[in-house]
Amino acid sequence: MTYFFGNKTQIGDSLDRVESRQKVTGSARYAAEYNLPGVTFGVLVTSTIAKGRIRHLDTKAAEAAPGVLAIVSHLNAPKVPGFQDPVDNEGSRVHGQEFRLFHDERIYHNFQPVALAIADTFERATYAASLVKVEYEQEQHQTNIHQNKGKAIKPARGNDYARGKADTYKTAAVKIEQEYQTPIQVHVPMEMHAATAVWEGATKLTVYNKTQATKISQQEICKAFQLKPEDVEVHSPFVGGAFGSSSRVWPQEMAAILGSKVVGRPVKVMLKRDQVFNMVGYRPKSLQKVGLGATADGTLTGITHEAISFTSTYEQFTERLIDPTKSLYRCPNLNTLYRLVPLDYSTPCWTRGPGETSGSFALESAMDELAYALNMDPLALRLKNFAEKDPFNDKPWSSNFLRECYQLGAERFGWSKRNPKPGAMQKNGMLVGMGMAAGIYKSERSKADARATLQPDGKVLVQSAVADVGPGSATIFTQIAADTLGVDASQIQFEWGNSTLPDAPGQFGSHTTASVGSAVYDVCVALKQKVADMAVSQKGTTLYQAAAHDLVWEADAISLKGSEKKVLYTDLLKNQQLQAVQVNVESKGGEEQEKHSGKSFCANFVEVEVHPVTGQVRVSRVVSVVDAGTIINHKTAESQVYGSVVWGIGIALMEDAIVDHRYGRHLNNDLADYRVPVNADIPNIDVIFINKKDTVIDPMGAKGIGEIPLVGFTAAVANAVFHATGKRIRELPIVPDKLV
Amino acid sequence: MAEEKACNASSPDAEANRQHNEARRDFLKQSSILTALALAPATVLKAADSKWDEKVAEKFEKVPLTLEINGKKVQLSVEPRVTLLDLLREQLDLTGTKKGCDYGQCGACTVHSDGERINACLTFAVMQEGKKITTIEGLADGEKLHPMQEAFVKHDGFQCGYCTPGQIMSAVACIREGHANSEDEIREYMSGNICRCGAYSNIVNAITEVKNGGQKV
Repeated sequence: MTYFFGNKTQIGDSLDRVESRQKVTGSARYAAEYNLPGVTFGVLVTSTIAKGRIRHLDTKAAEAAPGVLAIVSHLNAPKVPGFQDPVDNEGSRVHGQEFRLFHDERIYHNFQPVALAIADTFERATYAASLVKVEYEQEQHQTNIHQNKGKAIKPARGNDYARGKADTYKTAAVKIEQEYQTPIQVHVPMEMHAATAVWEGATKLTVYNKTQATKISQQEICKAFQLKPEDVEVHSPFVGGAFGSSSRVWPQEMAAILGSKVVGRPVKVMLKRDQVFNMVGYRPKSLQKVGLGATADGTLTGITHEAISFTSTYEQFTERLIDPTKSLYRCPNLNTLYRLVPLDYSTPCWTRGPGETSGSFALESAMDELAYALNMDPLALRLKNFAEKDPFNDKPWSSNFLRECYQLGAERFGWSKRNPKPGAMQKNGMLVGMGMAAGIYKSERSKADARATLQPDGKVLVQSAVADVGPGSATIFTQIAADTLGVDASQIQFEWGNSTLPDAPGQFGSHTTASVGSAVYDVCVALKQKVADMAVSQKGTTLYQAAAHDLVWEADAISLKGSEKKVLYTDLLKNQQLQAVQVNVESKGGEEQEKHSGKSFCANFVEVEVHPVTGQVRVSRVVSVVDAGTIINHKTAESQVYGSVVWGIGIALMEDAIVDHRYGRHLNNDLADYRVPVNADIPNIDVIFINKKDTVIDPMGAKGIGEIPLVGFTAAVANAVFHATGKRIRELPIVPDKLV
Repeated sequence: MAEEKACNASSPDAEANRQHNEARRDFLKQSSILTALALAPATVLKAADSKWDEKVAEKFEKVPLTLEINGKKVQLSVEPRVTLLDLLREQLDLTGTKKGCDYGQCGACTVHSDGERINACLTFAVMQEGKKITTIEGLADGEKLHPMQEAFVKHDGFQCGYCTPGQIMSAVACIREGHANSEDEIREYMSGNICRCGAYSNIVNAITEVKNGGQKV
């Protein structure tokens, strides 16, 4: 799209991404691509056992290899001050003792880093890493959740939510009770986790990393090394995919920082693809039981949802498995249970729709089963139990257009043409199935800061530490700024992805637009106000003593509405001998937000074609209808939905990180054997936005969009497979051998 | 290049390693001497005899390589074990070509070698001797984007942007190969390039537009 001077960019425009030129020409630099002067290469040596201790670590051969600068391990790593302190869980995001790189000889999981080989070239570092000899004292590991269910614990954080009477589904007129399973899913972003670190003296540190939260990275590094925030800069404007996996500081950052301390030069560490599977987070397996009870007309009377998942032995990673069940349907009786089995893995990490994605598979599969038990249309069953307010806390919704999602989706998809009888629909020798599911996901606004600077030429620089890992945040913040000021997007320069910029929350939990977008809105309003006040108080200008609220922001001047009177920004600044006008804001939601339940909603409609002999499933059609409030940029918003749908197809049909429990080690930890959707797996995806303003959460009326379309999606696929074949698959992924 | 650490001859392992390295060096010296006698100045051979062996071996371990990268002829000296991908990224600062797996499974490192798409991680740089390599940095005509780059921008054929250079290089080749005659054919022939963000539909739209636009790619 081409913009001309005088155009006005508005919220809703399909603006091209502001960083698109850098991304299509290869000039966008990611964490391992800052080829700093004197840079050295670090390659991690990782453990080959799942539990035990290092008995002997022999680094001599590696140290003697050509080009090697150091082999860093627990034997010689500089002490990390934060690792010596007793665990302080106050304010920590995950309960427990964080993984301490090179702290001691303990092995907690397979692929745990045990040494870092640093050399002057990547090839030499790789060769040196292969020369490090490790002898282990192995202990019996446990990686099988099924065999260890008895050791499940109640997480230190989180109570078992309940309302009404427990287990009432058991006495309902119509009931179903089933068990469901979801696999380990690994984020596998295309960019393997990487970091480049460089020390300047003993206290100043710069880290180029791959993070969804430059400020959190900075805080975690400051805490570990007892440094001042002003001495630690985290730079991460481009992130090659994250999906939750870059929301903590991981071994690659710590290794680069420690390595750089040892060799006194910049150190670059990039994980190998197999290391990504058990070091930097993943979505843990879940075992779930759902009981649903209803009256004969389909009114839900009782829900029971129990889930067991797993965590590492050193931290309790909890996720929101039960959350969709708490709020999606009106039901007076609900009891839930959530337990964790500590196993010998690295700690799981938030993964797109963390908890909701797994939990909604069970809930929305069970709803489909209940619909069949009731001999009722699955969509009608959901409409029947629509929740007029949030049954979890009795608060009114900030906005809820789920009914419109159902209606528009059913129309576009052709739901009325569906013959409900399983196996009844065929096309070109394939069994055709139609399934649907609903989704719900939190939509919140967190505190965020922003800075805006008016320059003499009228260009406005807007800054925030926020990340843009791919959703298009930098683009929509440019758009919000332009819309608020009433100018073309080319007048706005948005700067992001650096910890020295104004505070922003992490880019996760689908709250970035509402949080940082509001701060951008607020800072632009404040800038306009400040400049208007300056203009009306400058003696001798045409706007002197005009009413500030009658002034209009233009590209090069501020002018009086309905008149020719204006003051050029150049003159305005010159008159007061200023280089620029700058404002900072701290922005947060008001009381209204507290009084409401903020959620995004969606309805997914999926058609599958199943080969009757081989059991191969292909998703042939998708209609995804999303209530995410105001859509700021239709192009990037649609891309967010495509992403969720592709993830949904992956989890439903192929993704499964398989562990050989004899060794506690992943079997398919590469991109050939851990199958993710490729282009040929993805059909045309029809996206519909309700695009109605949420009047509570933020001034733009936007709700979260990055995760909602994934919630319930896998159930829509499984429900379609049942409709096609009559086979109910309750254990993801739905691979052919489960259907033949 | 940084200085190398001295061997610690007292440990049995280090000793074994030293012997291993020396055996390697001896072989290199002997074999290279045969060819180098005619080529190398006498001072080099003298240096090899006076404890400069590591440095000299380093030189001999490197292989001369001539490539044409993005229209520019470059003469290099590289270790034979350096992949084309690492040569581009780590030695030539052409970081537009991405590393996504290192095993030829993801397509992020797709470049053109004599006009054909290849995975730069699956070829040693020395195997490309004399070839014309085009990377994403060489696709645009100065400031003017290649039609495929423009189409990716317009159709939002990316999110995080990491697989994008590989997708674009693959997309250009896909049309040149004659494998972009339908959406299904494009999907099939673009399936060697994984996009974890899920921009597949937009990528197909971008390629379709360029193909139908009839511009020379």
